[in-house]
This record gives sequence, C-alpha cells and structure tokens, in this order.
Amino acid sequence: MGIEGVGARVSRKEDKRFITGSGRYVDDMVVPGMKHAMFVRSPHAHAQIKKIEVKAAQAMPGVIGVLTGKELKADGIGNLICGWMIHSKDGSPMKMGAWSPLAVDKVRYVGDAVVIVVADTKAQARDAAEAVEITYKELRAVTDASKAMDKGAPQIHPEAENNLIFDWDIGNADETAAAFKKAAHVVKMDVINNRLVPNAMEPRAALGHYDKAEDHYTCWTTSQNPHVARLVMSAFYNVAPENKLRVIAPDVGGGFGSKIYIYPEELVCLWASKKTGVPVKWVADRTESFLTDAHGRDHHTHAEMAFDKDHKILGFKVETKANLGAYMSLFSSATPTYLYATLLSGQYDIPAIHANVKAIYTNTAPVDAYRGAGRPEAAYLVERMMEVSARQFGVSPAELRRKNFIKAFPHQTPVIMCYDAGDFATSLDTAMKAADYAGFEKRREKAKKDGKLRGMGFSCYIEACGIAPSAAVGSLGAGVGLWESAEVRVNAVGTIEVLTGSHSHGQGHETTFAQLVAERLSVPLDSISIVHGDTDKVQMGMGTYGSRSGAVGMSAIVKALDKVEAKAKKIAAHLMEADEADIVIENGALKVAGTDKNVPWFQMALAAYTAHNLPGGMEPGLKETAFYDPANFTFPAGCYICEVEIDPDTGQTDIVQFVAADDFGNIINPMIVEGQVHGGVTQGIGQAILEGANYDASGQLLTASYMDYTMPRAGDVPSYKLSTSNTPSPSNPLGIKGCGEAGAIGAPPAVINAITDAIGTENLTMPATPQKVWAAIRSAKH
Amino acid sequence: MSEVSLTVNGRRVSASVEDRTLLVHFLREHIGLTGTHVGCDTSQCGACVVHVDGKAMKSCSMLAAQASGSDVVTIEGLTDGGDLHPVQAAFKEHHGLQCGFCTPGMIMTTVDMIARHPEGLDEATVRAELEGNICRCTGYHNIVKAVLAASKTMSKVSKGKTKKAA
Repeated sequence: MGIEGVGARVSRKEDKRFITGSGRYVDDMVVPGMKHAMFVRSPHAHAQIKKIEVKAAQAMPGVIGVLTGKELKADGIGNLICGWMIHSKDGSPMKMGAWSPLAVDKVRYVGDAVVIVVADTKAQARDAAEAVEITYKELRAVTDASKAMDKGAPQIHPEAENNLIFDWDIGNADETAAAFKKAAHVVKMDVINNRLVPNAMEPRAALGHYDKAEDHYTCWTTSQNPHVARLVMSAFYNVAPENKLRVIAPDVGGGFGSKIYIYPEELVCLWASKKTGVPVKWVADRTESFLTDAHGRDHHTHAEMAFDKDHKILGFKVETKANLGAYMSLFSSATPTYLYATLLSGQYDIPAIHANVKAIYTNTAPVDAYRGAGRPEAAYLVERMMEVSARQFGVSPAELRRKNFIKAFPHQTPVIMCYDAGDFATSLDTAMKAADYAGFEKRREKAKKDGKLRGMGFSCYIEACGIAPSAAVGSLGAGVGLWESAEVRVNAVGTIEVLTGSHSHGQGHETTFAQLVAERLSVPLDSISIVHGDTDKVQMGMGTYGSRSGAVGMSAIVKALDKVEAKAKKIAAHLMEADEADIVIENGALKVAGTDKNVPWFQMALAAYTAHNLPGGMEPGLKETAFYDPANFTFPAGCYICEVEIDPDTGQTDIVQFVAADDFGNIINPMIVEGQVHGGVTQGIGQAILEGANYDASGQLLTASYMDYTMPRAGDVPSYKLSTSNTPSPSNPLGIKGCGEAGAIGAPPAVINAITDAIGTENLTMPATPQKVWAAIRSAKH
Repeated sequence: MSEVSLTVNGRRVSASVEDRTLLVHFLREHIGLTGTHVGCDTSQCGACVVHVDGKAMKSCSMLAAQASGSDVVTIEGLTDGGDLHPVQAAFKEHHGLQCGFCTPGMIMTTVDMIARHPEGLDEATVRAELEGNICRCTGYHNIVKAVLAASKTMSKVSKGKTKKAA
C-alpha cells in the first residue's frame, strides 16, 4: 500500500468543491430560457377526480402552461411501473395497478400529482397552482396494511382484489412445521418495523429541456442511477428513444435509496418542456419530499422460532404484511421479498425456515428500498428474536448467539443465500471487548444508585450486498441485470480518466476509485479523474444502491485495468526490447524486473498515441472497457452493542455507548468506510428512537416537516467506537463486501434490545420515544 | 417590489426584488451564489446558514429586504480566494462531509460557534450548538471532530497573534 493506494486513509478529492460552495446540484443548474414548475397535488388520500378547471390559473401572471394527465395520456406518455416481477405462491403474477404520472380519474394518496403549472418564477407557479380548481369526490381511505385486507376496506386499484398485490412464500413449510413438532421451546413475537422517510438533505429535483431543433431531450435529475432512469423513461414511459434522451445526475445530495426510482416529476418536466417550448425546472419543497419520496420499511410481522432443549435453533416461521403504499414503485416488490426473506437465517445455522409475505396497497406514499432495504427488517426480526429468546431461557444473549452461529463456509441457508465467508464469533468477541461487557453489571449497579435504568443490547447482523449476479436476479424476477461497467482512458500524457456506471452521492468514489487506479498503475492520485453521472459520457451502467459500488463497480474497473495493464506492458516491452512477462509497474514507470531498464508511465502512454513504434498489428491508443457481472452476492456482517441509560421519570433514552465491529472484507479507504458506518448507525438509531412516518386514519401525513418528523440531531447520538475484522469476499477480485448499509441494518435491534433490557419489558415499538418508554416502564410495574 | 442594497462577500449589490423574496433566494437566484442551500421549508435544517453582520443566520428566515444595508458573508466568501479557512480545512481533514449538501451551512455555523467560544469547545457543547443543522450522511461523528479540531487550530492562531501583538 502506498500513501495514496488501496488501504490508505486519503482525504477526499471531491471535498474542495463542497467546502467552498462550488458543488453543482440540480437546483444550481440554470439553462437559458428556463422556467419553473409547481405540481398541484391531491389533498385527499383517496378520491375520484370529478373536474379539473385550469382557466383561472392559466390567466395568472407569468404562467406559461397548466397541463393535466389527460393531455399527458393523449401524448402517449406511459404509466409508471415496478420493474421486478413477483409471483404469488399460487403462481399468479403480482397485481400491479396503474400509476399515471399525473392522476386522471382518481387520486390514491395525499401528494399524488394531478396538474403541473409552469411559470416564469417559482413564486408565480406556486400562486397559479393555488388557482387550479379540482373537484374531488372523497372516498374512504386505508393507511394501515394490517387493516387494508379486511372485509369492507376501501378498494384502491381494480387490479388488486382486497388490496393484495402478492401472497409470496419462501423456504419449506413442511420441513419447518416438522421442526416445530420436535421443539422443546417455541418463542413467539409480533414485530412492527416502523415506516421511515429517507430524507436526503437535498430535496428531489428535475430540469427537463427539450431541444426542438435536435428533437432531443436533456434531463438533469437527482438520481442514484441516471442510466437506469434513461432506460426506463425510454423503454417504458415513451418519453424519447435512448439516443434522443440524455440524463445527467450531477452532484447529488444524498440518496439512501430514495433517488433510485424514476418518479412522475422528472418525466412530466421533460414532457412539459416539449409541450411549453421552454426548459422546465422543478425542485421539491421539504414537505413535498415527505409526501412523495418513496418511504421505507412499514412491515407487520408475526414470527415463531423453535429451539431444542439445548437452545439450538430448529426452525423459523415468519408471516409479514408489507405496506407498499398507493402505487408500486420501481423496485418495491423486491424489497420485502428477495432483499428481506433471504436474510432470515441471520448469522445462524437454522435447518428449516418458512416465510410468507403479503404485499398490500394502502392510501399512503409508495414504499420502496431505503438504506438497507428489507435487510434491516430481517435483522430487526432475527435479532429481537434472539435477544428475547435468551431472556426467556435465562441465558446470555451473546452465548445463545454463539451457540447457533454458522461456523463453516460456504453455508447454504434454507432461503436461497449461500454465505461464502465470515467469522461471526470474532466480531462478537471484538465488540464485547470494546464495549467492556465484563464491566457492564457494575455500571448498571451504579446507574441504579443514581436512579437510572441501564441496559445493553446486542445485534449480530448479516446482509447481502454486491447486488447482484444478473442471471440469478433475472431468474427471481428482476427486469434488469445488475452488473456494472467501467472504461479506463489513459491519455497521451499519461493522465487517466475512469468512466464508471456507479454514481457517487456522498460515497467518495472520486477518491476511492482513484486510489484503486493509483495502486494498480503506480501513478499519482491527482492524475486520475473519475467521471460519472452522465449518460452522454459514460456507457450504460446500473448505478449505486445495495452497497454495490465497491464490490461491483470497482470490480468492473479492475477488469478494465487488467486490459490496460496488459497493453501497457506490451508497449513497454516493445520499447525496451524485453519480454512482456518481465515487465513490472513501479514508481511511475514500467520496468524490466531485476534491471535498471524502464520506461516512464507517461512515455509509454505517449508511445501508445504517437503510434510511431508499436508492436506489429497493435491498435493505437490506450483505452479499455469492461463489464463485470458478480459471481455471488457479498455478505457483510458484524456485531453491534448498544448501551443505554434511561431516566425512568421522563422515559428519556441516553445512548451512552455504541460499539460496531464489522466485517466488510477488504477496505480501500478506512476513513470513508468509517464515515459510512457513522451515518448508517445514526439512521438506525433514528429509526429506533426518533423517526416514524405517521398517517392519521384519513390518510393525512402527520409527520411532513422537520417540525414533526424527528431527524437525528448531533445531540441525539454519541461518538461511536468502530473496528473491523475482515474476511475477504471470495466472490470478487478485490475481496470487497460493501459497507454502505450495515449501520442502518445492524443498529435498530441493538438499540431496542438495550432499551428493553433496561426497562424489563419487551412491550415496546419503534420509535421508542420518551413517551413510549415512560409508558412501557409504567405498564411493566403494574 | 423592494429595493435592496447590501454587501455580499465584500461586494456591493443592489436589486429590485419581490417583497416576499427571502435572503436565501436573493443569494441563489439573483446574484448566483448557489453554495448556500435550501434543505427544508421550516427553518430547521440549517443548509442555508450565512453570516449577516458577523452573526450566523438562517437565510431562509429573513427577507432580502430585511438584510438591506447589511454585510453578508456566504460560504463562497469565507476566504478571499486564498487558502481554505481553518474550518473548511478541518472538515476535509476529518471527513466531516459526504454528499456536501449540508456542508456550507455546517461550516458557516461552525465559524460562528468558534468565534462565540474563544475559551474553546468540548464535545457536548458542539453537539448542542449543532442543534439547528441537520446532516443525514455523517452521523455527526466526524463533524464534531472537525469542529473541535478547528477550534483548537484557531485558538492557537489567535494566541499566536496576541503574543505577536504583545
């Protein structure tokens, strides 16, 4: 490892523009003639649209266009789709209802877009939007997935009877039932995984520009995957053929999953630009973001775990109701199925598992992947189950886990996944030592003397990342392949551009990807630029989500580097009249191993482009492309320990320490990996004690601003104690597993296990607010 | 319409704006300083913090007209084109930013916080003082480290200056 290469704690190349205010986000983009859009949205959770009157709005100052769904349909713009087919256990395909980008006959959640208004200024567009008169006939609404299938519940889409989208099974029901028959102990739980709003700090935005002369569209959008956006808008929404549509995702201010999807606004802005003849920009207000960004989680689950007399797990039975909201978002069907139930084995050797998942429409915002996406729901269920079981058996939660850990790899679980590497006991030991587990009882006693309740909770999470082998996900219903692409361009003076289909919106790819190249080609970090986020610059790519950019995106770069290195060595060998097998790359030069003979890197590059003296038959230039399709998922895992102190008089939880011991495989830049864990854990703590999206019975979102939805602030969380003990992934050339989502997956059960340990009752739901904790303490006393 | 005239990053600017124009919109849309960001509509997130007459201010919480006659400094004007400000340097060194969207507001808040605490800062004070700035990426861990480090650097610098003066 050099000071700039793989494994080095290099500060980020991209930072300078962000700390000096020179970042360029979508809202910062200005194009000549640009105008501003506001969407008129449904104030009702469920209603028929009787009449839309736009005349008054059209007459308002500065208004250029007021457009409705009928006009959009007339122009052939398609409905939004979910791109992952799930079949119910009876073999029938999922029941997807129509999602028109602008509602035509019916609205199905508060925030459903109905009309777009384009005006000279945003303020004028806002004024005119208020002048649009829409007559609704209100219908009864249902927001709670556990009630949406009840007899007499309102029917949201005609395609989905009883609001049931699919009724899906995984695992083996008979084997699981047989395991329960043999059980000495059965532990039962009902668990709610609370609905969250992702809340990237940059609100979603889109700027659509139709160039009439070229018959060409450009879309600047807050996207984690601009190429997927172009593909979907071309192939399914009929905006324009791919060669007539350029999608640019410039600096993007956080995503956390919510910016994977193609929403109504970007394609309506593109269409409205053609319709009005001006570039159209829309930027969400924060309240619009709360109402319309895809939400996360929202599961109701009943689970039972069977143990033998020695507390070895025999079987696991799970029934989950997943709330998908009013429409099926782009990957919404995959989240509560293949990203959730395939992880129900946790870190444990469980011989038999059976899970049933019912996906249900409600009159709420669409629900899709949010940091972790299904895996936090699985980890919360499994890790609450382990802790509660240990308490019921009167054994140590750490030892119950240790007894049931998977110890040999590869390990085939009963739910598809084949774990290829890991060392769960080492992570547990590391975390217990870092948390001073041995000293905990003394600390608990001291807290008790001070009138406080102290508790400790464990979480031994596992996740599946490096998403994903294309053929495997294709066989499970994915509409796309999940490979990644890379192009490495060595310029004539030896500087390098790497074009990647991964997208960086906080992850630091401009640094870590460059570190990989610097290590491999022995060139300075400053001579390497990473290019991403523009479909005109970068060939097809699949984007950033599911902790995939290291494991998949960088593996594609490795493949391209292999080709570059091979050609560079051939050129150098030719120039030095040496055997290419003897060429090594060191200190900025290609050398003949064991001699003084060398060609500086830049000289070799120049030779590639002057082409005066290349090996016979070699093409000039030095630029190579690769596509990498992963061999398997990767399996980051670890142990988190949370210690809390609670004031029984107020219910206030103070997180006094949080320890994370992770196994991420090989690491490119420890500083960036730690930053990912800090952020993920904080979102996990947010889910556990602060955050919750709450709808009232009529379908109004009660938590639609930062006044109402509790975001973690600096004072809510501690400084963290992190460590890693890494087993390299055998499934990709770099041995990387991924680190982006671990914190959000592992943290919630650790926190809730700690709080329930402190207060002595399991009767607590997330977010464990002071009010709920106080009430739980009171109810436990009586 | 309101006539506003103010100093922004040392430059005099005058414009005629709609009465309802917020300072943040004036900065972003009228004079093209897009480093100041809008992350919410309830004055909670702090992405729009600038300095007005030397004090940290959420620029979404005042009208451009109210700022008329004031001296405003934005993230673009924190240094006069030279080296990074010690707070900017500390955020970079300690990885106190990821997506960068909250960063300008965080840095402007931090500069003000350090100025108000010449005696130095501790972790609890920093965390309490950051109440009005939300970050979704970093979990605050490295922001807190950066603020404490910058506070130390700046107190050394100012002590050095005092000694020289003496």
